Amino acid sequence: MLQVENSIKTFNPGTVNEVKALRGVTFDIEDGSFVSVLGTNGSGKSTTLNAVAGTFFIDSGKIILDGIDITKWPESKRAKYIGRVFQNPFSGTAPGMSIAENLALASKRGQKRGFGWGLSSSLIKEFKEKVKPLKMGLEDRLENPIGKLSGGQRQALTLLMATWLKPKLLLLDEHTAALDPKTAHKVIELTDKIVTDNKLTTLMVTHSMQQAVNLGDRIIMMHQGKVAYDIKGEDKRRLKVNDLLALFDEIRRKDQIDPEVAELIAANYV
Amino acid sequence: MALLIGSLTIGLILTLLALGIFISFRIFDFSDITAEGSFTFGAALAASLIVMGMNPLLASAIAFLGGCLAGAITGILHTRFKINPLLAGILVMTALYSVNLHVMGKSNIPLLSKTTVFTWIENFSDKTFGVQKTVNLIGWQVDVKDLWILLFCFLIITIISIILWWFFKTHIGTAMRATGDNDQMIRALGVNTKIMIVLGIALSNGFIALSGAFLAQYQGFADVQMGIGMLVWGLASVIIGEALISEPNLGLLIAGTVMGSVLFRLLVAIALSWGMNPNDLKLITALFVFIALVLPALMKNKRKISLKN
Repeated sequence: MLQVENSIKTFNPGTVNEVKALRGVTFDIEDGSFVSVLGTNGSGKSTTLNAVAGTFFIDSGKIILDGIDITKWPESKRAKYIGRVFQNPFSGTAPGMSIAENLALASKRGQKRGFGWGLSSSLIKEFKEKVKPLKMGLEDRLENPIGKLSGGQRQALTLLMATWLKPKLLLLDEHTAALDPKTAHKVIELTDKIVTDNKLTTLMVTHSMQQAVNLGDRIIMMHQGKVAYDIKGEDKRRLKVNDLLALFDEIRRKDQIDPEVAELIAANYV
Repeated sequence: MALLIGSLTIGLILTLLALGIFISFRIFDFSDITAEGSFTFGAALAASLIVMGMNPLLASAIAFLGGCLAGAITGILHTRFKINPLLAGILVMTALYSVNLHVMGKSNIPLLSKTTVFTWIENFSDKTFGVQKTVNLIGWQVDVKDLWILLFCFLIITIISIILWWFFKTHIGTAMRATGDNDQMIRALGVNTKIMIVLGIALSNGFIALSGAFLAQYQGFADVQMGIGMLVWGLASVIIGEALISEPNLGLLIAGTVMGSVLFRLLVAIALSWGMNPNDLKLITALFVFIALVLPALMKNKRKISLKN
Protein backbone atom coordinates (compact mmCIF):
# COMPACT_ATOMS: atom_id res chain seq x y z
CA MET A 1 0.00 0.00 0.00
CA LEU A 2 2.75 2.42 0.97
CA GLN A 3 6.31 2.27 -0.30
CA VAL A 4 8.95 4.65 0.95
CA GLU A 5 12.12 4.25 -1.10
CA ASN A 6 15.49 5.56 -0.03
CA SER A 7 14.09 8.87 1.19
CA ILE A 8 16.58 11.56 2.12
CA LYS A 9 15.82 14.89 3.73
CA THR A 10 18.23 17.50 5.06
CA PHE A 11 16.85 20.58 6.81
CA ASN A 12 18.71 23.91 6.49
CA PRO A 13 21.42 22.45 4.24
CA GLY A 14 24.76 24.25 4.25
CA THR A 15 24.09 26.13 7.47
CA VAL A 16 25.16 25.60 11.07
CA ASN A 17 21.65 24.35 11.73
CA GLU A 18 21.92 21.60 9.16
CA VAL A 19 20.03 18.50 10.23
CA LYS A 20 20.19 15.27 8.27
CA ALA A 21 16.75 14.12 9.33
CA LEU A 22 16.27 11.26 6.88
CA ARG A 23 19.29 9.39 5.55
CA GLY A 24 17.76 6.88 3.23
CA VAL A 25 14.55 5.56 4.74
CA THR A 26 13.14 2.52 3.01
CA PHE A 27 10.13 0.44 3.99
CA ASP A 28 7.06 -1.09 2.46
CA ILE A 29 3.70 -1.38 4.19
CA GLU A 30 1.10 -3.93 3.16
CA ASP A 31 -2.56 -3.17 2.75
CA GLY A 32 -4.41 -3.30 6.08
CA SER A 33 -1.26 -3.37 8.16
CA PHE A 34 -1.01 -1.37 11.42
CA VAL A 35 2.58 -0.24 11.90
CA SER A 36 4.05 1.48 14.94
CA VAL A 37 7.13 3.62 14.43
CA LEU A 38 9.45 3.88 17.43
CA GLY A 39 12.70 5.72 17.92
CA THR A 40 14.66 8.07 20.09
CA ASN A 41 14.36 11.84 19.79
CA GLY A 42 15.78 13.00 16.47
CA SER A 43 15.65 9.52 14.98
CA GLY A 44 13.47 10.81 12.15
CA LYS A 45 10.21 9.07 13.03
CA SER A 46 8.01 12.17 12.91
CA THR A 47 9.95 13.45 9.90
CA THR A 48 9.17 10.21 8.09
CA LEU A 49 5.49 10.62 8.84
CA ASN A 50 5.51 14.25 7.68
CA ALA A 51 7.35 13.27 4.52
CA VAL A 52 4.57 10.80 3.73
CA ALA A 53 1.91 13.39 4.59
CA GLY A 54 3.59 15.95 2.35
CA THR A 55 4.36 18.63 4.94
CA PHE A 56 7.60 19.06 2.95
CA PHE A 57 9.12 17.47 -0.12
CA ILE A 58 11.95 14.97 0.30
CA ASP A 59 15.33 15.79 -1.30
CA SER A 60 15.56 12.44 -3.03
CA GLY A 61 13.83 9.09 -2.98
CA LYS A 62 10.29 8.07 -3.71
CA ILE A 63 6.97 7.79 -1.91
CA ILE A 64 4.40 5.55 -3.54
CA LEU A 65 0.88 5.15 -2.22
CA ASP A 66 -1.33 2.42 -3.66
CA GLY A 67 0.76 2.33 -6.82
CA ILE A 68 0.70 6.11 -7.35
CA ASP A 69 3.92 8.11 -7.09
CA ILE A 70 2.96 10.95 -4.74
CA THR A 71 6.50 12.21 -4.12
CA LYS A 72 5.80 15.55 -5.82
CA TRP A 73 2.20 15.94 -4.67
CA PRO A 74 1.44 18.87 -2.36
CA GLU A 75 0.06 18.16 1.09
CA SER A 76 -3.51 19.15 0.23
CA LYS A 77 -3.61 16.81 -2.77
CA ARG A 78 -2.32 13.84 -0.75
CA ALA A 79 -5.05 14.46 1.81
CA LYS A 80 -7.47 12.83 -0.59
CA TYR A 81 -5.93 9.48 0.34
CA ILE A 82 -4.39 10.19 3.72
CA GLY A 83 -6.09 10.86 7.05
CA ARG A 84 -4.01 12.46 9.80
CA VAL A 85 -4.05 12.99 13.55
CA PHE A 86 -1.43 15.28 15.05
CA GLN A 87 0.46 15.20 18.32
CA ASN A 88 -0.96 18.54 19.41
CA PRO A 89 -4.71 18.20 20.08
CA PHE A 90 -5.13 21.79 18.91
CA SER A 91 -3.71 21.05 15.46
CA GLY A 92 -6.41 18.78 14.14
CA THR A 93 -9.48 20.94 14.62
CA ALA A 94 -10.51 24.52 13.87
CA PRO A 95 -11.13 25.97 17.36
CA GLY A 96 -13.38 28.86 16.35
CA MET A 97 -15.80 26.67 14.45
CA SER A 98 -18.49 24.39 15.80
CA ILE A 99 -18.12 20.63 16.22
CA ALA A 100 -20.61 20.14 13.40
CA GLU A 101 -18.70 22.46 11.06
CA ASN A 102 -15.44 20.68 11.80
CA LEU A 103 -17.07 17.34 11.01
CA ALA A 104 -18.59 18.84 7.86
CA LEU A 105 -15.12 19.91 6.73
CA ALA A 106 -13.86 16.38 7.34
CA SER A 107 -16.78 14.83 5.48
CA LYS A 108 -15.41 16.52 2.34
CA ARG A 109 -11.77 15.54 2.79
CA GLY A 110 -10.00 15.66 -0.54
CA GLN A 111 -13.22 16.29 -2.45
CA LYS A 112 -14.31 19.28 -4.46
CA ARG A 113 -15.93 21.89 -2.24
CA GLY A 114 -18.62 23.82 -4.05
CA PHE A 115 -21.37 26.25 -3.16
CA GLY A 116 -23.57 23.64 -1.53
CA TRP A 117 -24.79 24.32 2.00
CA GLY A 118 -22.13 23.14 4.44
CA LEU A 119 -24.42 21.70 7.11
CA SER A 120 -27.41 19.79 5.80
CA SER A 121 -29.84 18.26 8.29
CA SER A 122 -29.10 14.74 7.04
CA LEU A 123 -25.41 15.39 7.65
CA ILE A 124 -26.12 16.59 11.21
CA LYS A 125 -28.10 13.43 11.86
CA GLU A 126 -25.15 11.38 10.65
CA PHE A 127 -22.81 13.39 12.88
CA LYS A 128 -24.96 12.64 15.92
CA GLU A 129 -24.99 8.92 15.19
CA LYS A 130 -21.24 8.74 14.73
CA VAL A 131 -20.33 11.00 17.66
CA LYS A 132 -22.56 9.19 20.15
CA PRO A 133 -20.39 6.04 20.43
CA LEU A 134 -17.55 8.25 21.69
CA LYS A 135 -19.62 8.50 24.91
CA MET A 136 -18.47 12.05 25.52
CA GLY A 137 -21.90 13.65 25.34
CA LEU A 138 -20.81 15.63 22.31
CA GLU A 139 -23.86 14.66 20.24
CA ASP A 140 -25.93 17.29 22.05
CA ARG A 141 -23.28 19.97 21.71
CA LEU A 142 -22.65 19.91 17.99
CA GLU A 143 -23.21 23.66 17.74
CA ASN A 144 -20.56 24.48 20.34
CA PRO A 145 -17.18 25.77 19.24
CA ILE A 146 -14.65 22.94 19.28
CA GLY A 147 -12.09 25.17 21.02
CA LYS A 148 -14.01 24.77 24.29
CA LEU A 149 -13.45 21.01 24.40
CA SER A 150 -10.68 19.20 26.26
CA GLY A 151 -7.60 17.85 24.50
CA GLY A 152 -8.88 14.28 24.72
CA GLN A 153 -12.26 15.16 23.26
CA ARG A 154 -10.62 17.08 20.46
CA GLN A 155 -8.23 14.24 19.72
CA ALA A 156 -11.11 11.74 19.62
CA LEU A 157 -12.95 14.01 17.20
CA THR A 158 -9.84 14.47 15.07
CA LEU A 159 -9.56 10.70 14.85
CA LEU A 160 -13.18 10.49 13.77
CA MET A 161 -12.61 13.28 11.25
CA ALA A 162 -9.47 11.74 9.78
CA THR A 163 -11.32 8.48 9.13
CA TRP A 164 -14.75 9.92 8.22
CA LEU A 165 -14.07 9.10 4.58
CA LYS A 166 -12.05 5.89 4.61
CA PRO A 167 -8.46 6.90 3.86
CA LYS A 168 -6.03 4.63 2.06
CA LEU A 169 -3.57 5.47 4.80
CA LEU A 170 -4.00 6.76 8.34
CA LEU A 171 -1.11 8.69 9.87
CA LEU A 172 -0.99 9.09 13.65
CA ASP A 173 1.78 11.32 14.94
CA GLU A 174 2.21 10.60 18.67
CA HIS A 175 -1.45 11.45 18.95
CA THR A 176 -1.69 10.52 22.62
CA ALA A 177 1.58 12.10 23.79
CA ALA A 178 -0.02 15.35 24.95
CA LEU A 179 -2.85 13.68 26.87
CA ASP A 180 -3.06 12.53 30.48
CA PRO A 181 -2.64 8.73 30.90
CA LYS A 182 -6.33 7.98 31.37
CA THR A 183 -7.41 10.02 28.34
CA ALA A 184 -4.52 8.63 26.33
CA HIS A 185 -5.75 5.13 27.10
CA LYS A 186 -9.26 6.00 25.93
CA VAL A 187 -7.98 7.54 22.69
CA ILE A 188 -5.80 4.49 22.04
CA GLU A 189 -8.78 2.18 22.55
CA LEU A 190 -10.75 4.27 20.11
CA THR A 191 -7.86 4.19 17.64
CA ASP A 192 -7.70 0.41 17.84
CA LYS A 193 -11.44 0.10 17.33
CA ILE A 194 -11.58 2.48 14.34
CA VAL A 195 -8.55 0.93 12.67
CA THR A 196 -9.80 -2.64 13.18
CA ASP A 197 -13.41 -1.90 12.18
CA ASN A 198 -12.38 -0.16 8.97
CA LYS A 199 -9.32 -2.36 8.26
CA LEU A 200 -7.24 0.78 7.82
CA THR A 201 -3.62 0.79 6.75
CA THR A 202 -2.05 2.75 9.58
CA LEU A 203 1.30 4.28 10.37
CA MET A 204 1.52 5.39 14.01
CA VAL A 205 4.49 7.20 15.48
CA THR A 206 4.63 6.64 19.20
CA HIS A 207 6.93 7.23 22.13
CA SER A 208 5.25 4.49 24.16
CA MET A 209 6.75 1.03 23.82
CA GLN A 210 3.71 -0.42 25.57
CA GLN A 211 1.48 1.01 22.84
CA ALA A 212 3.74 -0.37 20.13
CA VAL A 213 3.71 -3.81 21.76
CA ASN A 214 -0.05 -3.90 22.37
CA LEU A 215 -1.22 -2.49 19.08
CA GLY A 216 -0.68 -3.32 15.47
CA ASP A 217 1.12 -6.08 13.65
CA ARG A 218 4.51 -4.51 12.99
CA ILE A 219 7.10 -2.25 14.60
CA ILE A 220 9.60 -0.14 12.73
CA MET A 221 12.37 1.19 14.94
CA MET A 222 14.25 4.17 13.59
CA HIS A 223 17.67 5.51 14.43
CA GLN A 224 19.65 8.40 12.96
CA GLY A 225 17.35 8.87 10.03
CA LYS A 226 17.23 5.22 9.03
CA VAL A 227 15.19 2.14 9.76
CA ALA A 228 17.20 0.26 12.41
CA TYR A 229 14.86 -2.67 13.09
CA ASP A 230 11.75 -3.96 11.41
CA ILE A 231 9.78 -6.46 13.49
CA LYS A 232 6.72 -8.16 12.04
CA GLY A 233 4.70 -11.34 11.89
CA GLU A 234 5.33 -13.95 14.58
CA ASP A 235 8.24 -11.94 16.01
CA LYS A 236 5.97 -8.94 16.59
CA ARG A 237 3.32 -11.07 18.28
CA ARG A 238 5.83 -12.56 20.72
CA LEU A 239 7.54 -9.24 21.38
CA LYS A 240 7.57 -7.81 24.93
CA VAL A 241 8.48 -4.35 26.14
CA ASN A 242 11.71 -5.79 27.58
CA ASP A 243 12.76 -7.00 24.14
CA LEU A 244 12.30 -3.50 22.80
CA LEU A 245 14.32 -2.07 25.67
CA ALA A 246 17.10 -4.48 24.82
CA LEU A 247 17.04 -3.30 21.21
CA PHE A 248 17.27 0.31 22.34
CA ASP A 249 20.25 -0.60 24.52
CA GLU A 250 21.93 -2.25 21.59
CA ILE A 251 21.47 0.90 19.50
CA ARG A 252 22.88 2.97 22.34
CA ARG A 253 25.97 0.75 22.65
CA LYS A 254 26.63 1.00 18.94
CA ASP A 255 26.31 4.75 19.28
CA GLN A 256 29.07 5.00 21.82
CA ILE A 257 31.61 3.97 19.23
CA ASP A 258 32.39 6.80 16.88
CA PRO A 259 31.23 5.86 13.34
CA GLU A 260 34.67 6.58 11.82
CA VAL A 261 36.43 4.50 14.42
CA ALA A 262 33.91 1.75 13.86
CA GLU A 263 34.71 1.80 10.15
CA LEU A 264 38.42 1.62 10.88
CA ILE A 265 37.93 -1.29 13.22
CA ALA A 266 35.69 -3.03 10.73
CA ALA A 267 38.22 -2.57 7.92
CA ASN A 268 41.06 -3.95 10.05
CA TYR A 269 39.42 -6.77 11.90
CA VAL A 270 36.38 -7.99 10.03
CA MET B 1 -31.73 65.54 10.91
CA ALA B 2 -30.33 65.74 7.37
CA LEU B 3 -26.95 65.33 9.02
CA LEU B 4 -28.13 62.19 10.80
CA ILE B 5 -29.53 60.65 7.62
CA GLY B 6 -26.37 61.57 5.74
CA SER B 7 -24.23 59.91 8.41
CA LEU B 8 -26.38 56.79 8.40
CA THR B 9 -26.07 56.58 4.62
CA ILE B 10 -22.30 57.00 4.64
CA GLY B 11 -22.12 54.55 7.53
CA LEU B 12 -23.99 51.98 5.45
CA ILE B 13 -21.79 52.61 2.40
CA LEU B 14 -18.69 52.16 4.56
CA THR B 15 -20.18 48.92 5.88
CA LEU B 16 -18.88 47.32 2.69
CA LEU B 17 -15.42 48.49 3.68
CA ALA B 18 -15.90 47.10 7.19
CA LEU B 19 -17.08 43.75 5.80
CA GLY B 20 -13.99 43.61 3.60
CA ILE B 21 -11.76 44.29 6.59
CA PHE B 22 -13.73 41.71 8.55
CA ILE B 23 -12.93 39.09 5.90
CA SER B 24 -9.20 39.82 5.76
CA PHE B 25 -8.48 40.59 9.42
CA ARG B 26 -10.96 38.36 11.19
CA ILE B 27 -11.70 35.43 8.93
CA PHE B 28 -8.24 35.05 7.42
CA ASP B 29 -6.22 36.72 10.18
CA PHE B 30 -4.39 38.46 7.33
CA SER B 31 -3.33 42.05 8.09
CA ASP B 32 -4.16 43.36 4.66
CA ILE B 33 -3.31 47.00 4.06
CA THR B 34 -4.18 46.76 0.35
CA ALA B 35 -7.52 48.21 1.53
CA GLU B 36 -6.21 51.77 1.43
CA GLY B 37 -5.31 51.40 -2.24
CA SER B 38 -8.25 49.30 -3.35
CA PHE B 39 -10.78 51.67 -1.74
CA THR B 40 -9.49 54.50 -3.93
CA PHE B 41 -9.11 52.11 -6.86
CA GLY B 42 -12.81 51.29 -6.70
CA ALA B 43 -13.72 54.99 -6.49
CA ALA B 44 -11.35 55.87 -9.34
CA LEU B 45 -12.62 53.11 -11.62
CA ALA B 46 -16.28 53.89 -10.99
CA ALA B 47 -15.82 57.65 -11.34
CA SER B 48 -13.79 57.44 -14.56
CA LEU B 49 -16.22 54.97 -16.14
CA ILE B 50 -19.23 57.05 -15.12
CA VAL B 51 -17.62 60.16 -16.60
CA MET B 52 -17.16 58.17 -19.81
CA GLY B 53 -20.91 57.60 -19.76
CA MET B 54 -21.12 54.05 -18.48
CA ASN B 55 -24.12 52.74 -16.57
CA PRO B 56 -23.26 53.47 -12.89
CA LEU B 57 -24.23 49.99 -11.69
CA LEU B 58 -22.02 48.37 -14.29
CA ALA B 59 -19.24 50.81 -13.35
CA SER B 60 -19.65 49.76 -9.69
CA ALA B 61 -19.50 46.10 -10.67
CA ILE B 62 -16.26 46.73 -12.55
CA ALA B 63 -14.91 48.57 -9.51
CA PHE B 64 -15.70 45.43 -7.46
CA LEU B 65 -13.79 43.26 -9.92
CA GLY B 66 -10.89 45.72 -9.92
CA GLY B 67 -10.70 45.44 -6.14
CA CYS B 68 -10.78 41.64 -6.44
CA LEU B 69 -7.83 41.80 -8.82
CA ALA B 70 -5.83 44.01 -6.46
CA GLY B 71 -6.57 41.66 -3.56
CA ALA B 72 -5.67 38.61 -5.62
CA ILE B 73 -2.28 40.17 -6.39
CA THR B 74 -1.64 40.74 -2.69
CA GLY B 75 -2.70 37.16 -2.01
CA ILE B 76 -0.39 35.80 -4.70
CA LEU B 77 2.54 37.92 -3.47
CA HIS B 78 2.04 36.32 -0.08
CA THR B 79 1.29 32.71 -1.00
CA ARG B 80 3.39 32.27 -4.14
CA PHE B 81 6.35 34.50 -3.31
CA LYS B 82 6.21 34.10 0.48
CA ILE B 83 6.15 37.84 1.19
CA ASN B 84 4.89 38.79 4.62
CA PRO B 85 1.17 39.77 4.44
CA LEU B 86 1.77 43.30 5.67
CA LEU B 87 4.53 43.94 3.15
CA ALA B 88 2.58 42.33 0.30
CA GLY B 89 -0.27 44.72 1.10
CA ILE B 90 2.03 47.73 1.27
CA LEU B 91 3.53 46.87 -2.12
CA VAL B 92 0.15 46.60 -3.81
CA MET B 93 -1.18 49.68 -2.02
CA THR B 94 1.81 51.74 -3.15
CA ALA B 95 1.57 50.46 -6.71
CA LEU B 96 -2.15 51.24 -6.73
CA TYR B 97 -1.44 54.89 -5.97
CA SER B 98 0.15 55.28 -9.42
CA VAL B 99 -2.51 53.08 -11.01
CA ASN B 100 -5.24 55.26 -9.51
CA LEU B 101 -3.67 58.43 -10.87
CA HIS B 102 -3.50 56.80 -14.31
CA VAL B 103 -7.10 55.62 -14.11
CA MET B 104 -8.35 59.07 -13.09
CA GLY B 105 -5.91 61.07 -15.20
CA LYS B 106 -5.84 63.70 -12.45
CA SER B 107 -6.05 63.66 -8.68
CA ASN B 108 -9.77 64.44 -8.43
CA ILE B 109 -12.80 63.62 -10.58
CA PRO B 110 -16.05 65.52 -9.89
CA LEU B 111 -19.27 63.61 -10.54
CA LEU B 112 -21.80 66.29 -9.67
CA SER B 113 -23.39 66.60 -13.12
CA LYS B 114 -23.08 62.90 -13.96
CA THR B 115 -25.61 60.13 -13.65
CA THR B 116 -24.77 57.97 -10.66
CA VAL B 117 -26.72 55.29 -8.84
CA PHE B 118 -27.87 57.99 -6.46
CA THR B 119 -29.09 60.41 -9.15
CA TRP B 120 -31.25 57.54 -10.38
CA ILE B 121 -32.82 57.29 -6.96
CA GLU B 122 -33.26 61.06 -6.71
CA ASN B 123 -34.95 61.16 -10.10
CA PHE B 124 -37.19 58.29 -9.11
CA SER B 125 -38.16 60.14 -5.93
CA ASP B 126 -38.80 63.40 -7.77
CA LYS B 127 -41.03 61.67 -10.29
CA THR B 128 -43.02 59.68 -7.78
CA PHE B 129 -43.34 62.12 -4.90
CA GLY B 130 -42.67 65.51 -6.49
CA VAL B 131 -39.62 67.75 -6.47
CA GLN B 132 -38.33 69.12 -3.14
CA LYS B 133 -40.85 67.04 -1.25
CA THR B 134 -40.22 66.81 2.47
CA VAL B 135 -41.83 64.66 5.12
CA ASN B 136 -42.16 65.15 8.82
CA LEU B 137 -40.07 62.57 10.63
CA ILE B 138 -40.53 62.79 14.39
CA GLY B 139 -40.60 66.58 14.29
CA TRP B 140 -37.98 67.18 11.60
CA GLN B 141 -38.55 68.06 7.98
CA VAL B 142 -36.63 65.51 5.92
CA ASP B 143 -36.08 65.42 2.18
CA VAL B 144 -37.79 62.34 0.75
CA LYS B 145 -34.86 61.85 -1.63
CA ASP B 146 -32.47 61.37 1.28
CA LEU B 147 -34.79 58.78 2.79
CA TRP B 148 -34.93 56.84 -0.45
CA ILE B 149 -31.16 56.86 -0.74
CA LEU B 150 -30.89 55.63 2.83
CA LEU B 151 -33.39 52.89 2.15
CA PHE B 152 -31.54 51.87 -1.01
CA CYS B 153 -28.23 51.61 0.87
CA PHE B 154 -29.91 49.65 3.62
CA LEU B 155 -31.36 47.18 1.12
CA ILE B 156 -28.04 46.76 -0.71
CA ILE B 157 -26.19 46.14 2.56
CA THR B 158 -28.81 43.69 3.78
CA ILE B 159 -28.67 41.71 0.55
CA ILE B 160 -24.86 41.68 0.49
CA SER B 161 -24.66 40.68 4.16
CA ILE B 162 -27.02 37.78 3.59
CA ILE B 163 -25.10 36.65 0.51
CA LEU B 164 -21.85 36.87 2.47
CA TRP B 165 -23.30 34.91 5.37
CA TRP B 166 -24.62 32.27 3.00
CA PHE B 167 -21.28 32.10 1.19
CA PHE B 168 -19.32 31.50 4.39
CA LYS B 169 -21.72 28.69 5.28
CA THR B 170 -21.19 26.80 2.01
CA HIS B 171 -18.57 24.07 1.69
CA ILE B 172 -16.06 26.40 0.09
CA GLY B 173 -16.83 29.24 2.52
CA THR B 174 -16.47 26.92 5.51
CA ALA B 175 -13.10 25.81 4.13
CA MET B 176 -12.11 29.49 3.87
CA ARG B 177 -13.00 30.15 7.49
CA ALA B 178 -11.06 27.06 8.54
CA THR B 179 -8.05 28.35 6.58
CA GLY B 180 -7.96 31.38 8.85
CA ASP B 181 -8.74 29.35 11.96
CA ASN B 182 -6.31 26.45 11.56
CA ASP B 183 -4.52 26.16 8.23
CA GLN B 184 -2.64 22.99 9.16
CA MET B 185 -5.88 21.18 9.87
CA ILE B 186 -7.62 22.21 6.68
CA ARG B 187 -4.59 21.32 4.54
CA ALA B 188 -4.70 17.87 6.09
CA LEU B 189 -8.33 17.72 4.95
CA GLY B 190 -7.31 18.38 1.37
CA VAL B 191 -7.84 22.12 0.95
CA ASN B 192 -5.24 24.16 -0.91
CA THR B 193 -4.92 27.00 1.60
CA LYS B 194 -2.98 29.17 -0.84
CA ILE B 195 -5.90 29.29 -3.23
CA MET B 196 -8.27 29.98 -0.34
CA ILE B 197 -6.16 32.95 0.82
CA VAL B 198 -5.95 34.42 -2.68
CA LEU B 199 -9.72 34.05 -3.18
CA GLY B 200 -10.51 35.43 0.26
CA ILE B 201 -8.27 38.49 0.02
CA ALA B 202 -9.65 39.11 -3.49
CA LEU B 203 -13.20 39.01 -2.13
CA SER B 204 -12.27 41.29 0.73
CA ASN B 205 -10.78 43.93 -1.57
CA GLY B 206 -13.68 43.59 -3.97
CA PHE B 207 -16.03 44.74 -1.22
CA ILE B 208 -13.65 47.50 -0.20
CA ALA B 209 -13.45 48.78 -3.78
CA LEU B 210 -17.23 48.62 -4.09
CA SER B 211 -17.46 50.72 -0.95
CA GLY B 212 -15.15 53.30 -2.53
CA ALA B 213 -17.20 53.24 -5.73
CA PHE B 214 -20.45 53.95 -3.87
CA LEU B 215 -18.89 56.60 -1.66
CA ALA B 216 -17.51 58.47 -4.70
CA GLN B 217 -20.97 58.44 -6.25
CA TYR B 218 -22.66 59.55 -3.03
CA GLN B 219 -20.32 62.41 -2.23
CA GLY B 220 -20.02 63.40 -5.89
CA PHE B 221 -16.30 63.02 -6.45
CA ALA B 222 -13.41 60.57 -6.40
CA ASP B 223 -10.12 61.71 -4.92
CA VAL B 224 -6.78 59.95 -5.04
CA GLN B 225 -6.34 60.55 -1.30
CA MET B 226 -9.70 59.16 -0.20
CA GLY B 227 -8.33 55.76 0.82
CA ILE B 228 -5.97 57.09 3.46
CA GLY B 229 -6.89 55.87 6.93
CA MET B 230 -9.68 53.65 5.63
CA LEU B 231 -8.08 50.47 6.99
CA VAL B 232 -8.15 51.75 10.56
CA TRP B 233 -11.63 53.10 10.00
CA GLY B 234 -12.84 49.67 8.91
CA LEU B 235 -11.03 48.00 11.78
CA ALA B 236 -12.69 50.35 14.25
CA SER B 237 -16.08 49.37 12.81
CA VAL B 238 -15.26 45.66 13.11
CA ILE B 239 -14.10 46.10 16.72
CA ILE B 240 -17.24 48.03 17.69
CA GLY B 241 -19.28 45.34 15.98
CA GLU B 242 -17.60 42.61 18.03
CA ALA B 243 -18.30 44.56 21.22
CA LEU B 244 -21.99 44.81 20.29
CA ILE B 245 -22.67 41.10 19.94
CA SER B 246 -23.03 38.46 22.61
CA GLU B 247 -21.34 35.46 21.03
CA PRO B 248 -18.95 35.18 18.12
CA ASN B 249 -21.00 33.25 15.58
CA LEU B 250 -20.76 34.14 11.93
CA GLY B 251 -24.20 35.67 11.41
CA LEU B 252 -23.90 37.86 14.49
CA LEU B 253 -20.38 38.91 13.54
CA ILE B 254 -21.55 40.09 10.13
CA ALA B 255 -24.57 41.88 11.62
CA GLY B 256 -22.30 43.36 14.29
CA THR B 257 -19.89 44.66 11.66
CA VAL B 258 -22.77 46.39 9.85
CA MET B 259 -23.98 47.95 13.10
CA GLY B 260 -20.44 48.83 14.12
CA SER B 261 -19.82 50.69 10.87
CA VAL B 262 -23.03 52.72 11.14
CA LEU B 263 -22.51 53.42 14.83
CA PHE B 264 -18.92 54.51 14.32
CA ARG B 265 -19.91 56.92 11.55
CA LEU B 266 -22.65 58.33 13.82
CA LEU B 267 -20.20 58.81 16.68
CA VAL B 268 -17.83 60.62 14.34
CA ALA B 269 -20.62 62.84 13.03
CA ILE B 270 -21.67 63.72 16.56
CA ALA B 271 -18.09 64.48 17.56
CA LEU B 272 -17.64 66.67 14.50
CA SER B 273 -20.87 68.56 15.13
CA TRP B 274 -19.74 69.19 18.70
CA GLY B 275 -16.77 71.01 17.28
CA MET B 276 -14.04 68.38 16.99
CA ASN B 277 -11.37 69.49 14.56
CA PRO B 278 -11.76 67.29 11.42
CA ASN B 279 -7.97 67.19 11.15
CA ASP B 280 -7.89 65.20 14.40
CA LEU B 281 -10.28 62.56 13.07
CA LYS B 282 -7.66 60.03 11.96
CA LEU B 283 -5.60 60.54 15.12
CA ILE B 284 -8.62 59.85 17.27
CA THR B 285 -9.66 56.85 15.15
CA ALA B 286 -6.19 55.38 15.52
CA LEU B 287 -6.24 56.00 19.27
CA PHE B 288 -9.62 54.37 19.49
CA VAL B 289 -8.44 51.22 17.69
CA PHE B 290 -5.31 51.16 19.87
CA ILE B 291 -7.38 51.28 23.03
CA ALA B 292 -9.81 48.69 21.72
CA LEU B 293 -6.92 46.34 20.92
CA VAL B 294 -5.15 46.79 24.25
CA LEU B 295 -8.06 47.10 26.64
CA PRO B 296 -9.20 43.44 26.68
CA ALA B 297 -5.67 42.23 27.50
CA LEU B 298 -5.27 44.86 30.23
CA MET B 299 -8.56 43.91 31.80
CA LYS B 300 -7.56 40.26 31.77
CA ASN B 301 -4.31 41.10 33.56
CA LYS B 302 -6.21 43.13 36.13
CA ARG B 303 -8.56 40.24 36.73
CA LYS B 304 -5.65 37.84 37.14
CA ILE B 305 -4.00 40.14 39.65
CA SER B 306 -7.20 40.55 41.63
CA LEU B 307 -7.69 36.79 41.61
CA LYS B 308 -4.20 36.28 42.97
CA ASN B 309 -4.85 38.70 45.78
